[in-house]
Amino acid sequence: MNFDPRYSNRNFASVGTRPIRPDGVDKVTGRARYGADFNMAGQLVGRVLRSPHAHAKIRKIDTSKAEALAGVKAVITAADLPDLTDGDAAMYDILDNCMARTKALYDGHAVAAVAAIDAHTARQALKLIVVDYEVLPHVTDVDEAMQHHAPLINDTIFTEGLEEKPAKPSNVTKRSQFGHGDVHQGFGHADFIVERSFKTEQTHQGYIEPHACVANVSSDGTADLWVCTQGHFVYRQHCAQLLGMEASKLRVTSSEIGGGFGGKTHVWAEPVALALSRKAGRPVKLVMTRDEVFRASGPTSATSIDVKIGARKDGTITAAEATLRYTSGPYAGTWAEIGAMTAFACYRLDNVKTVGFEVLVNRPKTAAYRAPSAPMAAFAVESTVDELAKELGMDPVEFRIKNAAQEGTRSSYGPVYGPIGIGPTLEAVKNHAHMKAPLKANQGRGMACGFWFNFGGQTCTDLNIGMDGSVSLAVGTVDVGGSRASLSLVAAEELGIAYEQVKAIVADTSSLGYNDMTDGSRGTFSSSMATISAARNAIKILRERAAQMWDISVDDVAWEQGHAVAKGEKHGNLGKLSLKEIAAQSGKTGGPIAGHSELVADGAGVSFATHICDVEVDPETGSTRVIRYTVVQDAGKAVHPTYVEGQYQGGAAQGIGWALNEEYIYGKDGRLQNAGFLDYRIPVCSDLPMIDTQILEIPNPNHPYGVRGVGETSIVPPLAAIANAVSNAAGVRMTHIPMSPPRILAAIEAEREG
Amino acid sequence: MVEVTLWGALATTAGGNSKVEVEAKDIRELFRKLAEQYPGLEPWIDRGIAVAIDGTIYRDTWSKKLPPGAEIFLLPRLAGG
Amino acid sequence: MAGVAVSTTINGDSVEYLCQPDETLLDVLRDRLGLTGAKEGCGTGDCGACSVIVDDRLVCSCLMLGAEAEGRRIETVEGMAHGDTLHPLQQKFLEHAALQCGICTPGFLIAAKDLLAKNPDPTEEEIRFGLAGNLCRCTGYDKIVRAVQDAAIVMKQA
Repeated sequence: MNFDPRYSNRNFASVGTRPIRPDGVDKVTGRARYGADFNMAGQLVGRVLRSPHAHAKIRKIDTSKAEALAGVKAVITAADLPDLTDGDAAMYDILDNCMARTKALYDGHAVAAVAAIDAHTARQALKLIVVDYEVLPHVTDVDEAMQHHAPLINDTIFTEGLEEKPAKPSNVTKRSQFGHGDVHQGFGHADFIVERSFKTEQTHQGYIEPHACVANVSSDGTADLWVCTQGHFVYRQHCAQLLGMEASKLRVTSSEIGGGFGGKTHVWAEPVALALSRKAGRPVKLVMTRDEVFRASGPTSATSIDVKIGARKDGTITAAEATLRYTSGPYAGTWAEIGAMTAFACYRLDNVKTVGFEVLVNRPKTAAYRAPSAPMAAFAVESTVDELAKELGMDPVEFRIKNAAQEGTRSSYGPVYGPIGIGPTLEAVKNHAHMKAPLKANQGRGMACGFWFNFGGQTCTDLNIGMDGSVSLAVGTVDVGGSRASLSLVAAEELGIAYEQVKAIVADTSSLGYNDMTDGSRGTFSSSMATISAARNAIKILRERAAQMWDISVDDVAWEQGHAVAKGEKHGNLGKLSLKEIAAQSGKTGGPIAGHSELVADGAGVSFATHICDVEVDPETGSTRVIRYTVVQDAGKAVHPTYVEGQYQGGAAQGIGWALNEEYIYGKDGRLQNAGFLDYRIPVCSDLPMIDTQILEIPNPNHPYGVRGVGETSIVPPLAAIANAVSNAAGVRMTHIPMSPPRILAAIEAEREG
Repeated sequence: MVEVTLWGALATTAGGNSKVEVEAKDIRELFRKLAEQYPGLEPWIDRGIAVAIDGTIYRDTWSKKLPPGAEIFLLPRLAGG
Repeated sequence: MAGVAVSTTINGDSVEYLCQPDETLLDVLRDRLGLTGAKEGCGTGDCGACSVIVDDRLVCSCLMLGAEAEGRRIETVEGMAHGDTLHPLQQKFLEHAALQCGICTPGFLIAAKDLLAKNPDPTEEEIRFGLAGNLCRCTGYDKIVRAVQDAAIVMKQA
């Protein structure tokens, strides 16, 4: 790979403008096709039977009556998805999660599925399947699951990451640890130490589009899968492995995606739909209901976190320590590990130690949710930082500025930082008008910082130049929020042509090389890098073709603002050749002109944000209203600033819901009690104020335009910012998220009595 | 020779060493030598490890050179949303 | 089950269909008539993605039976544009980037059209409460509210 990804300062023509997105008209006219908007001739309806128990042994499944029902074309159980994972523990967990093999591990766990001629018949068939369960004791709370007497979810689990292998199995799959220095010594130098414990409840990404797919398996071993996903190449790999297919024979087309936020990075229904189609010999459409999405897709972890921070009188933090316990559902995960890495990432610390514990519970398998694991850790740390500032008598912004990480700081998770944006976001917040606005009675202001890594990963892009000079750009990262617009801008920028001359599409898995998912805020970062590389490869060819047309050496041809320009005195009489003119002759100068790029987009720049929030708490009811909200975040370079703002606003809104309303509520029976949007209440339009944004641009040195990921960091600070605001408004420290009215009221009353 | 820092859980599988010395010119060689010297690391490497070189995190670029004197940090490979 | 024969008007066109007595209007629109602009986000009337206008009233089509459409006048997102001229709300949603994933957009457009038909000059608060039956998980609603405000200005001038 000769592509040089290093940043160089430049003046942009297209990047930084705000054109209308290329997929926009289809989306406002109802023409855009999402997961459930696709149908095939002869298609059957798939439906899944789910466990009503939180934890149960499956003794026997009798499907005979369902199979005998007229109109039923296939019934499957785990026996139809044999274990082909060949010792790959992570894939085995995915397989077992798609269809329970010996035990149902949570309320909603799939145990069987049917394909029938219509929905009515499919529903009837599910009722005819008889499952003989032996109900087992269950556990859903993170702290209870860690107790020695807790019901064991998997008796083959012995905690990893300990000095010695434990003698007995437990629900703790792994211990991880990060940090440097000596916290014991550091606390010894502290004049003030604050120690607090926090809990956060499990939330769901809450995408409005339920999981949906159409699978069509042919008897010759080839198959097509239409699906809403954040990563169709990854889905292809997982499905092919689970079904024993060759990846190249499974063509996966990603539909328009109605939200993912990490929740569509994981297969659930897709292997089941393929197995049903294989057995029935017909296409099968499988669409989850909202109830199924809540009970049986991948929500985020519930957590329990202890934080201890010490500082000298002058406000210098001397030591910071945290213990983080995260649920991962009934399968091993690495969620606490990520929390432990991100917890103190905003700060310059000589002595820091974080310990994470991954905890099994009888809840759905945890999946990523926007900067996964970071918001909960930030809530605990940033709440404690505020408390410590109060003890010190320091302004919370000044306290953070004094201790903020900067270029050259050793991060709490290990490596030394390059140029980063935490300091600038804090300075911007300090100077923001929002910080000086007056507050009324029962109102409080809070602020908090957040960090996320951002990822790169495997990426390919094809850029084809038509004979009319228009450019089609095929990318392999699913467009979750406007990346076709940002990538078209990048192609236009690099080629020196108009945005309107470029048409970007998301290619299917048979049309383009492998791409990692759109996750880790990598969509625009990675695919723009591949697009720049592809465009530069195309320019090389354009220069060669121009040289041919002029009959001069290619070394004398430069590319400037969308034109080939002949350089040197002897070519002074040659005019410019536009991309369009060169393309028109391409049939005679060597055939189609294209640029391709296959690369690993590494070096994604870390991202920081600081948020400010004003709330009003009703002391009679405990209900909270967010009355003003401001997001300040480093984008590296905002390619399409309107959609960058949209990411900032959307992350803040999700964080507000998490902070104030959203939680999975389990009954004593281990069943989810609020599996619907009525009882699991995400913020509606009338709950929120306008969300102000300020984009900072501290270039990422590892991207030609300085781009960092922007999608995830915005959900990291809100839990803490709102908790600090509510605590300031109510006069009592809130330590349990969500801060629902009953929790706030109980805290206020305890404070009055206390 | 480069000095490589391991994160906590990884150090326990490398005989409790949080810093190890390896003769390697790029990430590919680093992983190979680490697996040779510390067989306990091999399953971790197979599952995926990220390498931070002077603060920049690389997940998949095996050919990435390890400049002499660079700070090399091994990290868990992460999931994102 | 015997099918129910229904005659109705959808986006100005006369439409006839047979549907099951327990079939929702949303299922009829999507599965029988190929009008997939209305989306099913919940099936319980909580998300508004399936919003349609029935005789000048905003309705979640997942909560209405297909058989109940007999003799009614139904408007869906597919009927908002005139030929290749977008409705001002559609145009302003594009200009303000009031959509990210876009799955909620048809429902918001229909709800906003209904709102502006009844209240051509709404305050921000009236817009926020008028659209409170529609869930969006991507935008935080900021740009949606601004798009509706802007469209209201354009529509008053028209």
